[in-house]
Amino acid sequence: MGVPLQQVLIQTVNGIVTGMILALVASGLTLIFGIMDVVNFAHGELFMLGAYVGVLTMAATGNFWLALIAATIAIALLGAVIYLTTLRPLLGRDPLTTILATFGISLVLQNYALWQFGPVARKIAEPITGHFTLFYLQYPWYRVVIALISAAIIGGLWLFLKFGTWGIWIRATTQDRVMAQAMGIPVPSVLTTVFAIGAAMAGASGVLFGPLTAVDSSMGVDWILKVFIVVVVGGMGSLAGSIAAALMISLLEAYASLWVSPAQAVIVSFVVLILTLLFRPTGLFAATGR
Amino acid sequence: MSRRPSLVYWTGFAVILALLIVAPLVLPEFWRRFVTEILIWGLLAMSSDILIGYTGMVSFGQSAFFGLGMYGAAAALLSVAPPNLWLALVYGLAGAAAAAGFVAYFSTRLRDIYFAITTLIFSQIFYVIIFTWTAVTGGENGLTFDRPALAVPGLFSIRFTATTLHWFVLAMVAGSYLALRRITQSPFGMVLQSIRENEARTRAIGYPVERYKIVAVMLSGLFAGLAGVLYALQNEFAAPDFVFFLVSGEAVIFNVIGGVGTLVGPIVGAAFFLLLREGLSRFFTEFYLIPLGAIFVAMVIFMPQGLLGFMRRWLNQ
Repeated sequence: MGVPLQQVLIQTVNGIVTGMILALVASGLTLIFGIMDVVNFAHGELFMLGAYVGVLTMAATGNFWLALIAATIAIALLGAVIYLTTLRPLLGRDPLTTILATFGISLVLQNYALWQFGPVARKIAEPITGHFTLFYLQYPWYRVVIALISAAIIGGLWLFLKFGTWGIWIRATTQDRVMAQAMGIPVPSVLTTVFAIGAAMAGASGVLFGPLTAVDSSMGVDWILKVFIVVVVGGMGSLAGSIAAALMISLLEAYASLWVSPAQAVIVSFVVLILTLLFRPTGLFAATGR
Repeated sequence: MSRRPSLVYWTGFAVILALLIVAPLVLPEFWRRFVTEILIWGLLAMSSDILIGYTGMVSFGQSAFFGLGMYGAAAALLSVAPPNLWLALVYGLAGAAAAAGFVAYFSTRLRDIYFAITTLIFSQIFYVIIFTWTAVTGGENGLTFDRPALAVPGLFSIRFTATTLHWFVLAMVAGSYLALRRITQSPFGMVLQSIRENEARTRAIGYPVERYKIVAVMLSGLFAGLAGVLYALQNEFAAPDFVFFLVSGEAVIFNVIGGVGTLVGPIVGAAFFLLLREGLSRFFTEFYLIPLGAIFVAMVIFMPQGLLGFMRRWLNQ
């Protein structure tokens, strides 16, 4: 089947844009998992609630960037509350119990959103309405901007982990929680902060992605599945692996949708997952084994 | 096991079985249906308990087996004339077994949370296929069919009434319970429990752990498929909603509420969950999952052994 080169290039751009958002959500999940062994099933719901906070702030102020900041802060606070009330009591128990607890939380949050905001999907208006010409298409600048903002947030996280005092504390806690405590690092606050940062990243991506899709209470479920695939393929706990896997899977899905409908293009990511499990069950980009 | 507790056990079993046999004759229509549903969901929960409670693997993939059971039954009832109950059962179990074989082959390579996540994603694969393959599965609308007659070739053939359907489900669930009890107490079941307790040591003793896990997932899939067939028979439809992973999540919730690692626990959990849902939806309408989710989280934190474990500790005091 002949597909014009132009379409392939357009899908490459599309794939990179969704890939960057996916990477942003996945790196929040990976951060939380890598540092505290918590699989956050409610991550997709934090993404969805972030989008809703964006919708509400947009309705009140009309300013997209304000909405982005409000959602980031609100979801960070929500993350901290979730951590303190339900996950801290589970500290030291089997990581499997954290899946169960966060699954319960995701049910609560999802149904809360349905109850509060109703089944009708909301829209977030694009803050940048300009277009540029990409072959025969008028391509919205906003999509490019999202990819750049996501990259900037992920880059900021990397710099923070590398050079920030709290970032260094976070990495020390990852390596050895007991030793970190002994060195005077406030480990409980570090863990709460990590969860809040991961949640904030989900919230921010919710607002960023909002204009590209409809905001409704079930968007979190679709995303959590994608993100789970990404983290398994990328090697769970590996930040770089998650980003690479997010880009790879989004690109493959974008190319697949040249031939089949987007609903069926999802199957491509399942195939990638199966192949990964067959040949490298520890994840494509994981440095260490499980 | 000494003789006396087993006598107490069988007396208890007989009493409960007798109560369940009498139930449809005395209960009003709504509650009769309700008890039948509890039995079916209890069977699904038990199937999930083979993995969660006995092998130590949390499966979020039960909905795939349950759903394939439903669609298998639907396929048999729609394609073969005249519709045959036993053929529906065979098709449903074959569908569930095929799905379970596929899932087991890949997901048992991983442990703990990775197993949980991959089973979740695999059940989603089946969901997407069933949801998008409209020509065969009816897509979003699912398939509807008529309930076949309860027939034994050459002996009798009667139409299902609500009461006989309840008895049929009860017979299947009680039979499955006894089979599962036998399996979990067999040497095979002991190996599964030793995998739960210490996988590395079980492997060191020389048991092929991967093979045991694959068999465990397949067994679990078969019983989940049976639950799916029964549910399809009761409701006369198969729908993609039941392949969605939230159904697997509910099976996990039944287990945690009732108490993992006991076969009775999941049924108690299912009954408790459905009663709670019934009660809560009077006040919260369709948003009953808000309070129910909160109760579930509280139970994970404060009552990790579930209702049964909690009661046992309370009785022992």
